Amino acid sequence: MFRTSARQNPLRSSALHLVLIVYTLICVAPILLIIMNSFKSRRGIFGAPLEFPRGETFSLEGYETVFTIGNFPLYFQNSLIVTIVSLLLTVVFGAMAAFALSEYRYRGREILTLYMILGLMVPIRLGTVGILNMMAAAGISNTLTALILVYTAQHLPLAIFVMSELMRQVSDDLKNAARIDGLSEYRILFRLVMPVMRPAIATIAVFTMIPIWNDLWFPLVLAPSEETRTVTLGAQFFIGQFVTNWSAVLAALSLAIIPMLVLYMLFSRQIIRGITSGAVK
Amino acid sequence: MATTDHTAPVATGKRPRRWHIPLLLAPAAIVYTLVMIWPLVDSLRLSFFDEGAPGERIFVGLQNYRALFGSDLWWGQFWNALVNNFEFFAIHMLVQNPIGIALAAILSLPALRGKTVYRTIFFIPAVLSYVIVGFVWRLILSPTWGIAPDLLDRIGLGFLYQPWLGQTDTALITLSLISVWQFIGIPMMLIYAALLSIPDELIEAAECDGITGVAQFFKIKLPLLWPSIGIISILTFVGNFNAFDLVYVTQGPFAAPDGSTDLLGTFLFRTFFGSTSQLGDPYMGATIATAMFGIIVIGVLLYLFGIQRRLTYYQM
Repeated sequence: MFRTSARQNPLRSSALHLVLIVYTLICVAPILLIIMNSFKSRRGIFGAPLEFPRGETFSLEGYETVFTIGNFPLYFQNSLIVTIVSLLLTVVFGAMAAFALSEYRYRGREILTLYMILGLMVPIRLGTVGILNMMAAAGISNTLTALILVYTAQHLPLAIFVMSELMRQVSDDLKNAARIDGLSEYRILFRLVMPVMRPAIATIAVFTMIPIWNDLWFPLVLAPSEETRTVTLGAQFFIGQFVTNWSAVLAALSLAIIPMLVLYMLFSRQIIRGITSGAVK
Repeated sequence: MATTDHTAPVATGKRPRRWHIPLLLAPAAIVYTLVMIWPLVDSLRLSFFDEGAPGERIFVGLQNYRALFGSDLWWGQFWNALVNNFEFFAIHMLVQNPIGIALAAILSLPALRGKTVYRTIFFIPAVLSYVIVGFVWRLILSPTWGIAPDLLDRIGLGFLYQPWLGQTDTALITLSLISVWQFIGIPMMLIYAALLSIPDELIEAAECDGITGVAQFFKIKLPLLWPSIGIISILTFVGNFNAFDLVYVTQGPFAAPDGSTDLLGTFLFRTFFGSTSQLGDPYMGATIATAMFGIIVIGVLLYLFGIQRRLTYYQM
């Protein structure tokens, strides 16, 4: 691992750090600025926007407005349900299909595989008009179910693609030994193969949960009612309504940022590993 | 059901029906077909229809396409959105991807300290939603709050400040740069992973030959990165031609000021969903979606046959 002197040149290394620190500032300063000002009174926000909240400028009035008027606990719950159920369905259905497509040989398998991963290249948004019609016909517009179905369908191709790649690497001897012991194919999938899929599931979770949580398009189009609003859509509506109430806007933004930041910090290692292992090659 | 023939070579006799295969496939195939593929096909189909009497659907052939490409009302908007979308894409290719690659190149240097911290921080904006990012920047650039002019004043550049998001000639560039700010972490991560997969021996050999630093990047590493850069470009392309959220959040459904930030995605939304001044038109929406689909397919095919085949892949 130790490399020769070329890189240890202190001048060069500090120049590189300077570049990286400047970019770090560009990255985090806007976010910090918003969070910092959300804890200030209106006078503080406009009078001294670049200072930390102090005695006379500290205030929670923005948060009070958000909690008394906004329905954020409900939105938060909706987002959680949609994201987690969609992820579960994507992983379970995706694993079953990936197993059927990678484990057995039969006629039409290649075509079927191609069909199932075709969706990787086609944005599902372009089918919005058709989706709206179908959800209306099925009587489930303005429900969380509609959102869950859309997000599951959208992410299945990725799940199938990633998992069938990995399933080919699971040892045949192990599966055949299980078959001789009389385990059903379903048990082989869920007991033997799924535990090996953990890195693939991490990748799928990253590429599924972040976009679903952050999506504005489908909540806006499919489930805009108050009861089914997700955090992203709720924040959009709330901020749109309170544009002139700066402390409320800043508080709502911070409330949307902080959970994501905390989750990201907790799982950043896994998230980064998920991105780098799944997408390259 | 538990016994499958597939442990034994296929040679002998009749296979038992392997019902588990369709059963395993069914849930994914049904959801995917019903909720993704069928609506896409349905949207394509609807683009050949229009509403006759209220509630009645009539076949109109290519009329919607003629309207989209031939009438002043639609063509003007479509062309504007298309040109803006290409500009949006060009800025991502010219700013986001090179900076992402440069950051990845720095972070992959083995002697660098703190690379995990930097890497984690640079990816933060990418996990936030467009709604957050859009509003954060709208507030920061807003003349009402005055953060941007104040900061510029402090370094003596106050005269440079303009309400960038509010002027027709700067709004689109500003929005593109906001989007670049948000997503720079993605090319950075992908290139970083590609750089880590370059074998150490190759780098050591280059160092023995005296090729180090910037020269080493351009002569040794960059040629190995082209396939990954290709993937990033196509991801950027599909993402950009499908973009909607950021414009909708910061500039509203009419892509203010004066439609100057309109992208195909916002145009599609306004058309099928309607807005305060016009009723939603699902048939024209379907037509626009089909046109977007065509643009994305052409782009992907151009990449696959025009560019990807010319890339050199090195065995590592």
